[in-house]
Amino acid sequence: MASAAQRRIKSISYAKYGYMFIAPFFLVYCFFQIWPLIYTFILSFQGNQALHGQWVGLDNYTTILFGQGVAQGAAATSAKFLNALGNTFILWFGNFIPQILLSLLLAVWFTDAKVKLPGKGFFKVVMYMPNIITAASVAALFVNLFGDSKYYFINATLINMGLVDPEATIEFVTHPVISKIMVMFIQTWLWFGNTMIMLMSGIMGINPSLFEAANIDGANSRQVFFKVTLPLLQPIMVYTLVTSMIGGLQMFDIPFLYHQGANYSLDLETAAVFIYANFNQGTVSQANYGYAGAASIIIFIITAILGSITFFMNRDKDEIAQKKQRKRAMKQYKEKMKRGGLTL
Amino acid sequence: MSMKKQYGQPKDNYHAKIIAKSIFIFIICVILTLICLIPIYILIVNSTHGHMALAKNPSNFWFGDSIVDNFNTLLGKVKTGAARQYSGAFDTVQGYTNSLIIAGATTGLTVFFSALTAYGLTVYDFKLRGPAYTFIIAVMMIPVQVSSAGFVRFMYQLGLINNFIPLIVPAIAAPAVIFFMRSYMKSSFPLDIVEAARIDGCAEFRTFLTIAIPMMKPAIAVQAIFAFVANWNNFYTQNMILKSDKLVTMPIMVAKVLGFDKNKDYGVDYLCVTLSILPIVIIYFILSKFIIAGVALGGVKE
Repeated sequence: MASAAQRRIKSISYAKYGYMFIAPFFLVYCFFQIWPLIYTFILSFQGNQALHGQWVGLDNYTTILFGQGVAQGAAATSAKFLNALGNTFILWFGNFIPQILLSLLLAVWFTDAKVKLPGKGFFKVVMYMPNIITAASVAALFVNLFGDSKYYFINATLINMGLVDPEATIEFVTHPVISKIMVMFIQTWLWFGNTMIMLMSGIMGINPSLFEAANIDGANSRQVFFKVTLPLLQPIMVYTLVTSMIGGLQMFDIPFLYHQGANYSLDLETAAVFIYANFNQGTVSQANYGYAGAASIIIFIITAILGSITFFMNRDKDEIAQKKQRKRAMKQYKEKMKRGGLTL
Repeated sequence: MSMKKQYGQPKDNYHAKIIAKSIFIFIICVILTLICLIPIYILIVNSTHGHMALAKNPSNFWFGDSIVDNFNTLLGKVKTGAARQYSGAFDTVQGYTNSLIIAGATTGLTVFFSALTAYGLTVYDFKLRGPAYTFIIAVMMIPVQVSSAGFVRFMYQLGLINNFIPLIVPAIAAPAVIFFMRSYMKSSFPLDIVEAARIDGCAEFRTFLTIAIPMMKPAIAVQAIFAFVANWNNFYTQNMILKSDKLVTMPIMVAKVLGFDKNKDYGVDYLCVTLSILPIVIIYFILSKFIIAGVALGGVKE
């Protein structure tokens, strides 16, 4: 028989410590992230420049999406925003697809037991290195190497090799198409090592006996890759897809800094650059907080939709079916108890 | 009966095929290594050349002799227009100090409070545990730019522009680090230790400090390295908040140098970029084993 004291001891709950331990995170997060997010949402409904702080309803959204607004220059702003959105997606796809293919190929090669590759550790270290370099410095470095005129390294080398005419140097930095390709190349250069190592660890997490079984059954490399490796890599691929997507939508450092002269290149203006340019001009009464806010919210919605789609595609169908089964059983049990435990 | 007699010869060119494939892969890896390393090499080489030499012959593969001249221009010891421009915008010691302060402080705060939150989510069972964790995962996906317009406006209202505080304090809340630490704790932290500590009369917070943190050292070390590198390289937030010359950090200085239109000194340009990435590259090559291991750890998803 449990005494009153014993009953009391059993019910010591440490739950309050749980709340205390996670409190700092939530306090700081709500103050510095949630409130600014809500504030951005509010700002998107307020005016720009001199009209800051005044409620203008959906005017900012119609201006940047459709070019119809109260302010003058609405069409120009809309053209800029749609251009920025387009650039974001172009730059993201052009960077993501080569990067994933290259990283996947390298990851498979590096983890293949049959391939004899000396210096794997060295290659991993070198290929990951671009990822830790400051993106701003990388942009400055590539502008200095790939500058337009014949005074810059790559053009000068090409001229020395006789491939390029000194008067008609390749415009790596200002040409609308070539500069985009350069930015895609730089982003791939920065991130392929990271993606490769993550995919490698994903492949190494696959049970090696599956590979052995496939080899015994006579599968060649291509069959092993498509029928064993790829399906089992799905969680990691989803994770890479989501992080790359988020990263791609946020692309700021390289597009903002890959230019010659004082201002960023309009061909490379991504959504993040558009937002930044709008809220960072001068003082509070000179900046377009409304446009920046509206653009931010649109980007947020796009992120949420893409993220939900990815998670939905990767949902664990078995677990959801099991959960539904359990819920149904629970409901039936409750009904049974209501009827006094009788089964009709 | 020998294997060969029973099953026949293996395909004649099996060995040759494997070796050919290995050589092919090796060549590709060497090409990629060159693509990764050559820009850095050219960067360092060109930092040692003077502006005139670079204007005449930009295509150099070996070191030059003007490194001291470039340094003098950067330190403002020479009285040309270019020198004043560069030394005004790029103060090496200032940049290193500021970047170090911000990166160091943020790293310390991030790993400590993330470990605290991860510990709270793993060890204690309270009603809001599930929703709290779902919340953390959900907000991991929010891009930084989405809240930055409101963030900057909010900092203007609080008068915290041009101040290190908005760059350091928010580091307490890092959802991605919490996610990583919680996965680590779930797989390698025995909850019985907490029970044992309680029986011995240890207070909860003291348990965390003296038992949990030492046990999580690998995860903390890895996340500390990543947090440090990420904050050293963080251009966007630092550029938004820091305005005055005395407080700017390395990435902002590099961006300023990049924007020079007239009086451009190519040698000093390269030198600035080199100085901005040298500490990180050196630290990377020293700690490369940990860093690669950390990235690999983050790749294992159950």
